[in-house]
Amino acid sequence: MTAPLTHLQRLEAESIYIMREVAAECENPVMLYSIGKDSSVMLHLAMKAFYPSKPPFPLLHVDTTWKFREMIEFRDRMAAELGFDLLVHTNEAGVEQGVGPFSHGSAVHTDIMKTQALKQALDKYGFDAAFGGARRDEEKSRAKERIFSFRTRNHRWDPKTQRPELWQAYNCRVAKGESMRVFPLSNWTELDIWQYIYQENIPIVPLYFAGERQIVERDGSLIMVDDDRMPLEPDEAPRAMTVRFRTLGCYPLTGAVESTASTLEEIIQEMLVVTTSEREGRVIDHDQGASMEKKKQEGYF
Amino acid sequence: MLPRSDIKPGDVKAYLADQENKSLLRFLTCGSVDDGKSTLIGRLLYDSKLLFEDQLATLKGQSQKTLKDEGELDFASLVDGLQAEREQGITIDVAYRFFATDKRKFVVADTPGHEQYTRNMATGASACDLAVILIDARKGVITQTRRHSYIVRLLGISQVVLAVNKMDLVGYDEARFDEIVAEFDSFAREIELQNVTAIPVSALKGVNVIAASDKTPWYSGPSLLEHLETVDVWSDTASAPLRLPVQWINRPNLDFRGYSGTISSGTVRPGDKITVQPGGRTSTVERIVTYGGDLEAAGAGEAVTLTLADEIDISRGDVIAADETPPEVTDQFAAHIIWMHDEPLLPERSYLLRIGTQTVPAVITELKHKINVNTLEQLAGKTLELNEIAFCNIALDRAIAYEPYADNRELGGFVLIDRISNHTVGAGMIEFGLRRATNLVWQELHVDKSARALMNNQKPCVLWFTGLSGSGKSTVANLVERKLHAANRRTYTLDGDNVRHGLNKDLGFTDADRVENIRRVAEVSRLMLDAGMIVLVSFISPFRSERRMARDLVEGGEFLEVFVNTPLEVCEARDPKGLYEKARAGDIKNFTGIDSPYEEPENAEIIIDTSTLSPDAAADRIIEMLKDWRIVL
Repeated sequence: MTAPLTHLQRLEAESIYIMREVAAECENPVMLYSIGKDSSVMLHLAMKAFYPSKPPFPLLHVDTTWKFREMIEFRDRMAAELGFDLLVHTNEAGVEQGVGPFSHGSAVHTDIMKTQALKQALDKYGFDAAFGGARRDEEKSRAKERIFSFRTRNHRWDPKTQRPELWQAYNCRVAKGESMRVFPLSNWTELDIWQYIYQENIPIVPLYFAGERQIVERDGSLIMVDDDRMPLEPDEAPRAMTVRFRTLGCYPLTGAVESTASTLEEIIQEMLVVTTSEREGRVIDHDQGASMEKKKQEGYF
Repeated sequence: MLPRSDIKPGDVKAYLADQENKSLLRFLTCGSVDDGKSTLIGRLLYDSKLLFEDQLATLKGQSQKTLKDEGELDFASLVDGLQAEREQGITIDVAYRFFATDKRKFVVADTPGHEQYTRNMATGASACDLAVILIDARKGVITQTRRHSYIVRLLGISQVVLAVNKMDLVGYDEARFDEIVAEFDSFAREIELQNVTAIPVSALKGVNVIAASDKTPWYSGPSLLEHLETVDVWSDTASAPLRLPVQWINRPNLDFRGYSGTISSGTVRPGDKITVQPGGRTSTVERIVTYGGDLEAAGAGEAVTLTLADEIDISRGDVIAADETPPEVTDQFAAHIIWMHDEPLLPERSYLLRIGTQTVPAVITELKHKINVNTLEQLAGKTLELNEIAFCNIALDRAIAYEPYADNRELGGFVLIDRISNHTVGAGMIEFGLRRATNLVWQELHVDKSARALMNNQKPCVLWFTGLSGSGKSTVANLVERKLHAANRRTYTLDGDNVRHGLNKDLGFTDADRVENIRRVAEVSRLMLDAGMIVLVSFISPFRSERRMARDLVEGGEFLEVFVNTPLEVCEARDPKGLYEKARAGDIKNFTGIDSPYEEPENAEIIIDTSTLSPDAAADRIIEMLKDWRIVL
């Protein structure tokens, strides 16, 4: 007999099983790569799942053009090192109209440059399955979503007609034009992610570690001035602060936290005493109670 | 979500090591609407300090809008994630929650109570080790309690907590608690639900949820959380034989061919002999390949890639198994099915059945009975509606490797998929296989038919005597057996009368029963043949197709048909048991030769006419034939 599996080994095996199912059952899968820590874990798991083969699907990054510059550098480095096919899609119509978070607000920006862009990319390549790194502990409507989450031809999620999902007998079958969003990290918690990154020594974007960055405090959030597109109010002046990020996204919509945690141990230690949940740093979730559910129904990941 | 703690910077490594060694308990909560499931989970999260400030703020904000009880937080609003749920104040879909204590990590499946969401409860239950069944202390055991308990039992959950909630509303009355527990116990015994632990709680007031409370001095057992932290849910998958359902064929280049999958049970090591089912191909494990390097051994739950010493044909859906004890293979089995779709189940419609990593077309050939889960009554039915449960026979297009659900959830649990809409329309649990498919290799036995025949110093065969009632079959068969016995042959006679008194006493004389009568006798004679015996079968066996079936069960040269061809008028004149007289008088229906046909054999190995041959001479002729066939020398 072999030793019983640890908690992380069980989670890892479950994620690998899910990825292999998609590779075996779906015709044209893709992995959504958001460059964040969850994506990094998902990518690492994909390398493990198919070894010695390369993962049999490309990565897709939906680039809003407002990501932190360090994220884009990291993305290109990882794709080169791991030998992935990397697809990058941007909503060009949105770019032409000059859509951005400062000019149009977070709701319009997120809808045009993320949700609509994602749908464009899925339609363009005809993907029938797309991996996402969402976890059930992140948000209430995520907690109700299946691991294999069916989407209509219009990419809509209908929470009331979710397919029953029993044991590991996943039903990946879709008709032409329909698709699956697949969440291999569904049962991981934020601590599990960090613990796994620590254990497996997984590379992550340096923004997760504390460093001195140019910060403007706006509406209670600490926004990093990542480029000169950020319009400053007359009373605003960027100042150097030692901060880090708990989640990553579009820089104008992602709040930093003051921190000196510069190693994984320090990050985990800091997390253990923290009393705000990680989505707090995301400006887009605050609109209304059911905002995530609504966005998901409209095709958001 | 993270537990808040006051950990020191230097302790992180020790903390992580500690986390790493924690075990995991997956449990579900079930109960009817308003029994307080969501409140209980909210209370577990709140009292174990697992809520963040912003979640608390949301909670307080929403409590203002939907406040049910003045001054108390509305925990349900925290866990009911869908807008429709919050508006209607009920739980629609299963939600998963995560928390950890110093002793364990937990995944909670919060499942809906309302009857129309039985399918979602089954979804939640399928992955769980333990079930918390909530009861409202004011209402006691109600219909929903029975339904939930039955589903918990059906899905094979080995540990149950009976949480008698809202004890505050019955004044923490011990007698009321005992009454409910006694009522539940009698029902639990009826459905063979085991390992039930009853705990009196008030989720709203936090009584006996995290710690034992002085509100119930008469209760000396653990609090709910204490029980969840310590209950033993160890499962025996590691010591079971190896089962690895092949998920994906790993072929990075022409030099490497691996089989990727998650080990469902058992352990594997390089050098182990394996059998692949269906088909029974064998080989030896060469390597256990992983990203982190080759392994010396891998056990249940691990996701691995195996390479084998031989190039054998293996596809997704096949099961790599321990050589000595491979899983059985069948194309027909009996199973419990829970229907999960608005469109009813239709027998004879083709669905896709997904089990392990195999997907095969399947038909429900017989809906044996429905089960009223509220009363446990068995009901007849032609179709199965949403949320109904039935015991069914299922036939597949091709044979699959399987195990009974009680032994292995992955190889015994399946879902049914509609072939047109692709909806998951049902879920099922295999109880037992109905037959082993004939085109498959049997589990290899070291002592086989020829070994037994050798020890018996004879070649086994089936001597099948057919003919009208009174034709002299039994008389001749008895003489043949006596002569063989005298020559030290090992024999047994299966006779119509002796079998109908025992094995087949449930069968009558309709055509259907006659067919079943012969089928059973043919199967028994085949087993005896396999045991190395010379089997003498003496049955009227009037239908050609059944005699054909009996012949086809065994190998060529092993089935010798003896047609005792005595004319009807001779048989009727003999009438040793007075049966023809009764049949002519109409006292016996369906009597062969009178009002039921006898189909004469077309290719019998030997024909005996007892109107011209004495029984002894007939027996000698048959012995001569056995010598011709080298059955006896």
